[in-house]
Amino acid sequence: MRKLSLVSLPLLFAAIDERMPLYLPVRSDGRVEFTRWMGGQDIAFTGNTDRSAKDFFFPQSEELMRLRREGKRVEVLDTRREAEDFVLFGVRPCDVKSFDILDSVFLAGPVDSYYATRREHGVVVSLACHLPSSTCFCSAFGIDAADPAGDVAAWLAGDTLYLRANTEKGERWLAAYDTLTEPSDENAIADLQQIRDKVSALPLAKLNTAVFGGDKLATFFDLPDWESLSVACLGCGTCTFVCPTCQCYDIVDFYTGHGIQRLRCWDSCMYSDFTKMAHGNPRTTQRERFRQRFMHKLVYYPAEHEGVFGCVGCGRCLRKCPQALHIAKVMRTLGKED
Amino acid sequence: MQNEMIANVSALLADGKVDRVLGWKRGELGWDVSPAVFHTPRELQQEFVYDRYCGANLSKYLVAECRKGGRLAIFLKPCDRPAFELLVKEHRISREMCHVLEVPCSGSYSYDPEAEEDRLDIRCAACEHADAHPLHKQVEDIEAMTPAERFAFWQGELSRCIRCNACRNACPACTCESCVFDNPASGVAQKAATNSFEENLFHIIRAFHVAGRCVDCGECSRVCPQHIPLHLLNRKLIKELRNAYGEDASLTAFCETDPEPSDVIGGGNRA
Ligand code: SF4
Ligand code: SF4
Ligand code: SF4
Ligand code: SF4
Ligand code: SF4
Repeated sequence: MRKLSLVSLPLLFAAIDERMPLYLPVRSDGRVEFTRWMGGQDIAFTGNTDRSAKDFFFPQSEELMRLRREGKRVEVLDTRREAEDFVLFGVRPCDVKSFDILDSVFLAGPVDSYYATRREHGVVVSLACHLPSSTCFCSAFGIDAADPAGDVAAWLAGDTLYLRANTEKGERWLAAYDTLTEPSDENAIADLQQIRDKVSALPLAKLNTAVFGGDKLATFFDLPDWESLSVACLGCGTCTFVCPTCQCYDIVDFYTGHGIQRLRCWDSCMYSDFTKMAHGNPRTTQRERFRQRFMHKLVYYPAEHEGVFGCVGCGRCLRKCPQALHIAKVMRTLGKED
Repeated sequence: MQNEMIANVSALLADGKVDRVLGWKRGELGWDVSPAVFHTPRELQQEFVYDRYCGANLSKYLVAECRKGGRLAIFLKPCDRPAFELLVKEHRISREMCHVLEVPCSGSYSYDPEAEEDRLDIRCAACEHADAHPLHKQVEDIEAMTPAERFAFWQGELSRCIRCNACRNACPACTCESCVFDNPASGVAQKAATNSFEENLFHIIRAFHVAGRCVDCGECSRVCPQHIPLHLLNRKLIKELRNAYGEDASLTAFCETDPEPSDVIGGGNRA
């Protein structure tokens, strides 16, 4: 474990950014987004970012390849560029966990090389949540906000930042800044329990996950509650775009006049043209599309991943849905005992 | 207020005058209110809410609800009413099926959990029903910019767009059965934007698609997860249309004797 005084933090950030681009949560115009470090910014050490960090590994829109036609020849152009190393600093415990969920999809064979390259080049420095928001419910999904994963974990306590490498990659990365940090005792962070107490006192911390799981398809699929839960859904897909664990994408070809530009972009099960097949979208009503989103998080994903849920309790769908329909409402309604 | 509303619609339900009620339903945290359909006085008693977080305009839900048949009671705030009238005029909903209850509003708010404070919705800061702010003040501020400043302003705002389409889906003037931007065969579907200019274009095209029909309800700005003040584009068009055609002449009241735009505002290339 290493530590440094907060007054030296700009020095550390400058040193990091000199070696590789450093992105961290920056507050600007009332929003918090991962932004390239440049000094003098209002860095958000509490709360979470408006958009999740998944963009860094799975961007909203990316070019996959180009096809060029000349006469009768079609040439395939590999437009991938060598990815550069980068650092994500201050990823919250819920969002760090979301990377595991994305990994379980994109890194399971056949490996998605676009995603894998970015993961290899990214160093994730997480930050324990000493001041969680009222919309957080990570603990309901078994995430410890006091002891986050990531290549390196960080804690803010008083006027000190503590850093602990969790992985080999993190160890190598952290060692590069040994001149700026000092060694610290493993038990230096005074009160992990204080963080845990705060988190478990949050209004949604007691959401009951026990009633959900991979074997609950028949329990929930046909419940009449889906109608009242989804009646106000606009089908806008905001919830899926801001969700750190949503992983669906579409592949789109653009005709450029003398070839094809092939792009991949986020898709959403909330959309009418999602998984369109010859006969159309198998989910013909918004009720079915809405059900898909929450069943995927609470039933289908755990069914394929040893009971792990597809939600990390970040609360973004709660904050961002224009009509305030969110997973906590769904869980309370479906899980109610009457 | 809220109790009075519950009593009124409960009586309508009990008398069989309506069989369901479009209103707002309380959430888990106080501020996470959702639009909802209520079927019984009991549901209303337990879940109905009317407070500062009831910003959602319920009118557009009538498009789906009217198709289900029966009779509905619906609550409309002053800025929701024009949307209702537009939908009736465009034959998207049936006035006969709806029992409208008008409710006063003193501004709608959303809660910012990070700052732990309520934020007045941007449309309310320039509400026609409030006297402090003239309707077009926000538009005039933008008009006063130089073209370069204006371009930079909109680039900055629209660059945050994540193309979730919440603005379009909430808009009571956007009721096409299938939107051109959702049709992959249209060539403009833009699920994947090749560049950010396409995002900008989407908003400009949408503003023109609803020109003359936009009822200035401000839902587009309210629902935007990225806090883009979209209705300013629409307000600019409303302002120009009012200048050209007068207060109440919307583009949906079309007749053959309508003047050409160039007759009204001059310019143009007429033979
Ligand atoms: S649940 Fe909310 S955010 Fe998601 S599609 Fe429906 S209205 Fe949009
Ligand atoms: S479902 Fe909602 S709370 Fe869960 S991870 Fe996604 S955005 Fe966060
Ligand atoms: S199916 Fe829906 S909920 Fe599941 S990952 Fe895809 S977009 Fe998200
Ligand atoms: S609601 Fe906002 S983010 Fe979504 S498409 Fe409209 S402008 Fe873009
Ligand atoms: S464009 Fe915006 S302000 Fe105009 S009717 Fe649609 S949602 Fe309302």
